[in-house]
Amino acid sequence: MSDNDSPLGFTPNEMMTIAASRALKNDDVCFVGIGAPSAACNVARLTHAPDITLIYESGTIGTAPDVLPLSIGDGELCETAVTTVAVPEMFRYWLQGGRISIGFLGAAQLDKFGNINTTVIGGYFHPRTRLPGGGGAPEIATSSKEIYITMAQSKRGMVEKIDFFTSFGHGEGGDHRKRLGIDTSGPTLLITDLAIWKPDPLTKEFIVVSLHPGVTRQQVQESCGWTVRFAEALDETPAPSELELKTLRDLQARTKAAHEGTGKGKAA
Amino acid sequence: MVKFLPLKEAVAENLHDGDTVAFEGFTHLIPTAAAHEAIRQGFRDLTLIRMTPDLIYDQMIGMGMAKKIVFSYVGNPGVGLLRRARDAIENGFPRSIEVEEHSHAGMANAYEAGAAGLPCAVFRGYRGAGLVEVNPNIKSVTCPFTGEVLAAVPSIRPDVTFIHAQKADRKGNVLVEGIIGIQKEAVLAAKRAVVTVEEVVDSFDDLHPNLTVLPRWTIAAISVVPGGSHPSYAHGYYVRDNAAYLEWDEIAGDREKFQAWMQANVIEKSANDFAARIEHLRRAA
Repeated sequence: MSDNDSPLGFTPNEMMTIAASRALKNDDVCFVGIGAPSAACNVARLTHAPDITLIYESGTIGTAPDVLPLSIGDGELCETAVTTVAVPEMFRYWLQGGRISIGFLGAAQLDKFGNINTTVIGGYFHPRTRLPGGGGAPEIATSSKEIYITMAQSKRGMVEKIDFFTSFGHGEGGDHRKRLGIDTSGPTLLITDLAIWKPDPLTKEFIVVSLHPGVTRQQVQESCGWTVRFAEALDETPAPSELELKTLRDLQARTKAAHEGTGKGKAA
Repeated sequence: MVKFLPLKEAVAENLHDGDTVAFEGFTHLIPTAAAHEAIRQGFRDLTLIRMTPDLIYDQMIGMGMAKKIVFSYVGNPGVGLLRRARDAIENGFPRSIEVEEHSHAGMANAYEAGAAGLPCAVFRGYRGAGLVEVNPNIKSVTCPFTGEVLAAVPSIRPDVTFIHAQKADRKGNVLVEGIIGIQKEAVLAAKRAVVTVEEVVDSFDDLHPNLTVLPRWTIAAISVVPGGSHPSYAHGYYVRDNAAYLEWDEIAGDREKFQAWMQANVIEKSANDFAARIEHLRRAA
C-alpha cells in the first residue's frame, strides 16, 4: 500500500480505522468483530484507551494482542487475555448477561437503519453468493448496550434494502427495536472510509455528521446506495495524528510479518 | 471405558454412514487428522455439526460425504468464504446438501443443553434476525415467571464427537487448555467421543485443579496424533498456520485443484504425516 504517497499523508482506510478507534473509551468493554473493527479496537488500546477491555468471541476476555489476529481464535488472543472462558459462557454470561458496552461489527451489506447482512447475496435458499453468515453477530447486535459499525463505502455494500437480516439494527427505523422488546440502543455510530454517521434521534436513519479531510458530500453520495442525509452542522473529522498513524502502521507491519512467518512449510 | 487406539481403528469403530457427527474446535485444536481419516474411510450421508465448519468440513463437503450441515459461521476464519461449501449450497456440487443455520449463541446453547441432558436450549436470542424465518428449528417460549419471550432451539446430541486436545494421561483422562471453545460440551452431549492428543503423559497429578479435564469414562477412544490439528494450532505446542488458511482459499476455489490436493494430501497420506507439518510452527521454548 502506498500510504505515504496519498496527497493527505494517509489513506481513507487509515482514516476510517483511526476515526473508529477514537470512538472507544478507556472504560469500554468491547466485543470485537474481526477485520476493520479489530484494527480500530487495538489502535484505541495502544493510544488513548490503554485499559479498554477487548473481548473476542472465542472466549478471550481482556486481550491485548501484539499483532492483529487473523481469526477470532488466534493463540495470541488467549496468551495475552486476562482470562479465557468457554464459548457458551462467553455468550451466556458475558454477552447475554449484559456485560458488553460496545459491540463492534463490520458488514458486507448495510442499510440506512444499521441492519447488517453477512449471510447471502440473493435469496436465502438459492443464493447467488453464500457468505459466511452471522457467527456471533445476531446476539451481539441486540445484547450489547450499543453497536458501532465500520466498513468501507461502496454502492454494493451500502444498499437501500439488504438481502437478509443477519443482525438487527433499527429495523424499519423509529421505535422498531422497542416494539420487538429489545431494550439496548443498537447502532449508534457508523464509521466509513469517508465519513462519520450517527442515527437521527427520531427516525434512526444514519446521517453524516462529519466528513473526513478532503472528502466531499458528492463522494459520500456516489459510493452509497441510498439517498444520503447530511447534518446541518457538518464537521470535518480531525486528520490522524502522527502517533495514531504510527501506531496503526506499526501494528499492521507487525501483523504482516507474523502471518507471513508461518508460510514456509507444507500446507495441509 | 476409554481405549487407546490407532486413529484408523478409532474412527472405524465409532463413525458410521448416516451418523450425526461433530468435529469441534473453535479455531483452536481443530481435529483435522480425525477428519482426514474419516475422509479416507469414505463415509457417506453424514450430518455434520459444527459452529465454524472451517477447512475440514469444506473438505468433507467437497468429497460428497455430507447430506446436511448444521453451523453458525460457514467461513474461512480471517480469510473469507468456504468455496467447496459454497459450491454445494449454490450449485448442488458434488451433491446438494441440507442446511440448518444458527447463530453462535444458538449453537453454544444447544450444545450446552445437549450436555445437560435437556431437550432444548432457552436463551435471549435471534431477536429481529432473519434466521428465524428460514430455520424452522428456531422457535420461542414464554418465560412462565416474567412473560418474556425467549428463543428456543433443540439441543445438539451427536452420535459421535471428535476433538483434538493437548494431552492424555496413561489412564485416558484428557486435558484441554487455551481457547477451550465448545469441546467439553460437544463431548458430553455426544453418545461417543473420540479424542486425538498431542502426547500421553504419566499422570495429571501436578495440574492446576481447575483446568478442563475430561475424565476417561466420558471418552470412547484416544489416538495419539502429534500435529493432529494442523493447520489449526495446539496451545503450548505449535502456532496456527495462517498461511495454510490463506492458501486454502485458492485450492478450494477450483474443483479439479481441490481433488488433486485431496488426493495428494489426504487420500495418499496417513495420521503419521501430521507431525512433520507442524515442525516449523513449534515455538522455541
